[in-house]
Amino acid sequence: MYSAIKSIVFVITMVLSPMACFTSYAQDSTVAEVVTEEVIAISETVTEGQPAHDHHAEVVDEQDPIAAIMHHISDANEFHIWGDIVLPLPVMVRKVDGSWSVGLSNQYHVEKDGLILSHGRIVDAHSHSAKGLIDLSVTKNVAMMLLSLLLLTLIFFSVKSSYQKRGVNSAPKGLQSFLEPIISFVIEDIAKPNLGKHYEKFLPYIMSAFFFILINNLLGLVPFFPASANLTGNIAFTLTMAVLTFIVTNISGNKNYWTHIFAMPGVPKVLLLIVTPLEIIGMFTKPFALMIRLFANMTAGHIIILSLVSLIFILGENGAAVGGAIGGTAIAVPFVLFMNALELLVAFLQAYIFTLLSAIFIGMAIEEHHEEAHH
Amino acid sequence: MITGFAALGAGLAALGAGIGIGSIGGKAMEAIARQPEASGDIRGAMIVAAALVEGAALAAIVISFLINAA
Repeated sequence: MYSAIKSIVFVITMVLSPMACFTSYAQDSTVAEVVTEEVIAISETVTEGQPAHDHHAEVVDEQDPIAAIMHHISDANEFHIWGDIVLPLPVMVRKVDGSWSVGLSNQYHVEKDGLILSHGRIVDAHSHSAKGLIDLSVTKNVAMMLLSLLLLTLIFFSVKSSYQKRGVNSAPKGLQSFLEPIISFVIEDIAKPNLGKHYEKFLPYIMSAFFFILINNLLGLVPFFPASANLTGNIAFTLTMAVLTFIVTNISGNKNYWTHIFAMPGVPKVLLLIVTPLEIIGMFTKPFALMIRLFANMTAGHIIILSLVSLIFILGENGAAVGGAIGGTAIAVPFVLFMNALELLVAFLQAYIFTLLSAIFIGMAIEEHHEEAHH
Repeated sequence: MITGFAALGAGLAALGAGIGIGSIGGKAMEAIARQPEASGDIRGAMIVAAALVEGAALAAIVISFLINAA
């Protein structure tokens, strides 16, 4: 019974996701048209003598799949829902001259405070570049991150109250029975083997990192509003997670850890001149690799799925060749189904890898000195 | 021209990672066949090793992204 429901939900998800990809791609061309009209309108209002061709150069070729894919995986100052329906998001931008511009993103369709919305991003109205601007807005990614925080809070507080109500020894029910195996997996397979006997001290960080990355990976795979932002494929997000691991590792590092970095035992003094810089570089390369791994994995997954969906439009010549579109659909749908199933695995695997490697790094930093036993 | 080189780089990175992860998976299967009772530990070690190999390949992918964007 349970497995039957599971497989039904799985199939529905698998069928819906490429369809939603399809519609969001189709919606993209409407967006491109809107942008085109706006840009043309702006360039017409520009006084004669000013170079209007700069604005025309900004127009997205709606047949260009690369531009469409890049638009989908990048952050934006507004949240496209369907067709012309857009959720405006708060904007807070520090301009080059040091003054702040605050408002909602739909106010920036026409020039406001010298800024304008171009391809979903707030840019300088004249140079059409974001150079020198400090954008502290609630962007699409931040909006989805707030959503995931809300979801995590709801899920975990409900699970907490069920444990309080029924006690930790009774059989779990509902959401609790879904989360209990995952939580015990994180404790038994990630924390305990790598962190040793003091693992409980680090469980709050390990658990938060795991579930935060997992829920954002999964929400990134949902192709429609209010999810769909490529948050874990954003280098700023993964940088923050990696910096947190770096801070936890170095704050909890014991004497043994610092001795191995600055005065590796058993190494001649002369060689320390070479070994110490290498160890210091090693302190930074470990979280750097964490950052690149999560970013590139998630971004690559999104690009592969969107490329396969683009195949329909490339072979169909954007609606000009119906036969090509049918052939493209016949190729694209099974492959998108397969990639979506694979990405479900990757979403879990990357959350696992990130927390596992974090636990290994922290475990190496808090390891007690016991090498005398081997000598 | 530069885009072509970026594509070539991505292809070479995928080739390297494919060889690396393939041999890790193959060896892990041999090990599991020899000692089925240790399959859990072997799987964990295999995933970590595969992630490290993949990290090197992904660095190359990111560089080809950057070349494309520049």
